[in-house]
Amino acid sequence: MTAYTSEFDDIPGTRVFTAQRAKAGYNLNQFCMSLMKAENRERFKADERAYLDEWPMTEAQKQAVLDRDYNAMLELGGNIYFLAKIFATDGLSYLQAVSTMTGMSIEDYQQMMISGGRSPDGWRSVKDGS
Amino acid sequence: MARITAGLTTSHIPAIGAAIDLGKTGEPYWKPLFAGYEWTKAWAATEVPDVVILVYNDHATAFTPEIVPTFALGCADEFPPADEGYGARPVPVVQGHPELAAHMAQSLILDEFDMTLLYKLDVDHGLTVPLSLVYGQPEEWPVRVIPLAVNVVQYPPPTGHRCYMLGKAIRRAVESYGEDLTVHVWGTGGMSHQLQGPRAGFINKEFDNAFFDRLVGDPDNLALVPHLEYVREAGSEGIELVMQLIMRGAMGPEVTELYRFYHVPGSNTAVGHMVVRPSDVFVTD
Repeated sequence: MTAYTSEFDDIPGTRVFTAQRAKAGYNLNQFCMSLMKAENRERFKADERAYLDEWPMTEAQKQAVLDRDYNAMLELGGNIYFLAKIFATDGLSYLQAVSTMTGMSIEDYQQMMISGGRSPDGWRSVKDGS
Repeated sequence: MARITAGLTTSHIPAIGAAIDLGKTGEPYWKPLFAGYEWTKAWAATEVPDVVILVYNDHATAFTPEIVPTFALGCADEFPPADEGYGARPVPVVQGHPELAAHMAQSLILDEFDMTLLYKLDVDHGLTVPLSLVYGQPEEWPVRVIPLAVNVVQYPPPTGHRCYMLGKAIRRAVESYGEDLTVHVWGTGGMSHQLQGPRAGFINKEFDNAFFDRLVGDPDNLALVPHLEYVREAGSEGIELVMQLIMRGAMGPEVTELYRFYHVPGSNTAVGHMVVRPSDVFVTD
């Protein structure tokens, strides 16, 4: 871990997709890419667990997918643009899927965006509390 | 000699493409956003370049976890719209300009920018949404396009300074091309947004508007802003803003701002759009 990567950890509620996380999440993200094919989406939807077991992913990664726990998937090396293939398979938009990571309801999150988005105040630095 | 006569920046939010494709642009949610592009559509109809060099990022579409090129230049004859999981967008196939692209590849690499060259590329919303915003829904796109894909997904992306220098090298490449062509350079992506974690929905209007001010008037110093500041002030996906510095570098030292638009929200994102002209270019009406 260098200063470059550790400095990002001071930003609240954020997991920057570093080369280290990309390596840890490689198989999770490859599984996601497989869902760009319609036949794979059908097989996944028919039996999610069986489809996931075809991939050399960690148990924690598989469970996070089954739970649709996107924060956990990020922590385990996922990146939103790969994970988008999962929520596209579920028929969700970016806005709907992203809202699930915030602890807000879709409606409250949507209203926050229409009202100008999440204010930067209090979301800049853990260390400085700013 | 080929020359660069205008630059443009715009967000490339996928939901904008869906709104256009599904005929929802007149709905109350979308109407103010699309109204912000009416000036540009009128301008773009009167000033059609031969080629657009379109700087964008691929969103886990053409580039899998297996390969992460920092800068990749599209050298093919044409670029089909990609199926991103919802089916391909109903937009025309993008026609390339392989001769200028080949010249750019040579010029940039000899200028010490180690480009990845792409001879097969499906283009996602990052490239097709800007075309739709500027040119609407034509049967064929009115311009040829050279895609320039930048990694802003996996960290580290290129620095703002490297992007700015690449833009300057693109200007040298275009100006050393023998054929008379007019070229626009588009830098897409941004403005502030974060699509992940409890901080998702992050928007910073002050930072975004200051970014535009500095992009026009103080690009040398804007180019020195570190990645940490982008993530802190513009959100984890706001890092896409570095791509606008490629456009700015390609404009030369001074630009005139022709048009600016800013609107929140487009889905999860702040929408920003600007048109600039290099100050040494004079266009007669």
